[in-house]
Amino acid sequence: MRKISWFNATSLTLGFAFLYMPMVILVIYSFNESKLVTVWAGFSTKWYGELFRNEAFLDAAWVTLRVAIVSSTLATILGTAAAYVLVRGGKFFGKTLFSGMIYAPLVMPDVILGLSLLLLFISVGLDRGLLTIILAHTTFSMCYVAVVVSSRLVSFDRSLEEAALDLGCTAWDAFRSVTLPIIAPAVISGWLLGFTLSLDDLVIASFTSGPSSTTLPIKIFSAVRLGVSPEINALSSILIGLVTIGVISFSITTKRAAVRRIREENAT
Amino acid sequence: MKRLAVILLPYSWLVALFLVPFVIVVKISLSDTELAIPPYTPTLDFSQGWEGLKSFFAALDFENFVFLSTDDLYWKAYLSSLKIALISTFAALLVAYPLAYGMARAPVEWRPTLMMLVILPFWSSFLIRVYSWKAILANEGLLNQFLLWIGVIDSPLTILNTPTAVYIGIVYTYLPFMVLPLYSALEKLDGSLLEAAEDLGCTRFQAFWLVTFPLSRNGIIAGCFLVFIPVMGEFVIPALLGGSQTLMIGKVLWEEFFSNRDWPVASAVAVILLALLVVPIVLFQRNEEKQREAEG
Repeated sequence: MRKISWFNATSLTLGFAFLYMPMVILVIYSFNESKLVTVWAGFSTKWYGELFRNEAFLDAAWVTLRVAIVSSTLATILGTAAAYVLVRGGKFFGKTLFSGMIYAPLVMPDVILGLSLLLLFISVGLDRGLLTIILAHTTFSMCYVAVVVSSRLVSFDRSLEEAALDLGCTAWDAFRSVTLPIIAPAVISGWLLGFTLSLDDLVIASFTSGPSSTTLPIKIFSAVRLGVSPEINALSSILIGLVTIGVISFSITTKRAAVRRIREENAT
Repeated sequence: MKRLAVILLPYSWLVALFLVPFVIVVKISLSDTELAIPPYTPTLDFSQGWEGLKSFFAALDFENFVFLSTDDLYWKAYLSSLKIALISTFAALLVAYPLAYGMARAPVEWRPTLMMLVILPFWSSFLIRVYSWKAILANEGLLNQFLLWIGVIDSPLTILNTPTAVYIGIVYTYLPFMVLPLYSALEKLDGSLLEAAEDLGCTRFQAFWLVTFPLSRNGIIAGCFLVFIPVMGEFVIPALLGGSQTLMIGKVLWEEFFSNRDWPVASAVAVILLALLVVPIVLFQRNEEKQREAEG
């Protein structure tokens, strides 16, 4: 193993300390007895109890979860199709516009996306609610899925697809039995990315939600706008914990699958 | 036929939910505010046929844009957003570069773990990560407690609700967007080029400046766009950390829309912001396409 230089070790330590310190502090203080978040008054789990008795938060969490599941699923289908078109579609009319519409939402400020979608929904007479949030989230998530999947499509050996076509597969069969299994990890991470983006979105949801469809970020934002709240610390810690477990277990499974694949390839 | 369907499905979705909405924003930015539902005039009425269409276009004007140019609040907000976005993009680059460099030079078996450590905050909630700084930067917050304790300062610093807090928040939340493209550029770098430079008499710093830095250019460009463009319209960070002192156009747009309920002015603000961002967005897209083709 190569020795790591002191300069690199310092920059790694400082960089990761900066990335993790605020979240670690947040989690520690969610177990604080005191309502004052900055004064430590002993260990307590009472804010977690308060949180689970708070109906409004539970309702909002349920709304958010449904929106995230539906929108990320739709976004995965549309985004995978978009990636396929982008990488394998050849030339077609308006391809530059198409790729522009894929890349622009990745960097477009949320306030512009939210405002424009809201004005669309108003002008076609669609009432704001679950459906409008789902449509909005699907639109930006599909672009992230398209980018993730297309980078996988670019890197894989095209002759595999061509072999399937030569052996008499239809284009759809070749996609389903050759392409899809190979790009599956990217499709799954695309879904997960869409799911977390949807869980996380405040600005676009604020524009496109109605009074009966408040999502969790909207609830959190209105609670923390004026100050720090220990209940929100508890909620944040739960969310951070879930994401950590999710990301770690996902990367372990994909790593195992990769190892298994390499072994199988070596065996044959 | 099937190929056409695969193209048309995502294409028409994006046209309907991404492109058409912008046309509507432009249209409403040319309308007048009205106390009605929807709160603007004129509205398009197809039942009146051609005459209706003519009177609709006749009622559109640039009044809102004239209003924006006369009230210096808006100019100041655009300029202040531009300044904040430029400084914080540069600051993020300065913080991210050593981190990405350290990751790319770390032993190979560490790299997947380091990569996961950068991605993990990126997957956790943006809102929560911004919020986590509130308790740290407050007057009686942990940073001040720490600085008072080690004796660097005698009285607490005011950081929360100032532009400094906004800079810290932006660099913190956007750091993964800067680190990832830099890392992928630096990781591909061929180490023998650096050895060659050093053999030819370069100092380590010269070798970095003449070899590593230019070869990581694509990563720098991608990272800067990924930070600069969304920060220009940022709302959450100035709203939670900036207080009333920090002026940013995303916040102005939000308040025009939700507090003043002035939809046409909010739309005009969005149109100008978009016009300012068109050039960087097109450059970003070009850069991404070039990289995709280079890999393919």
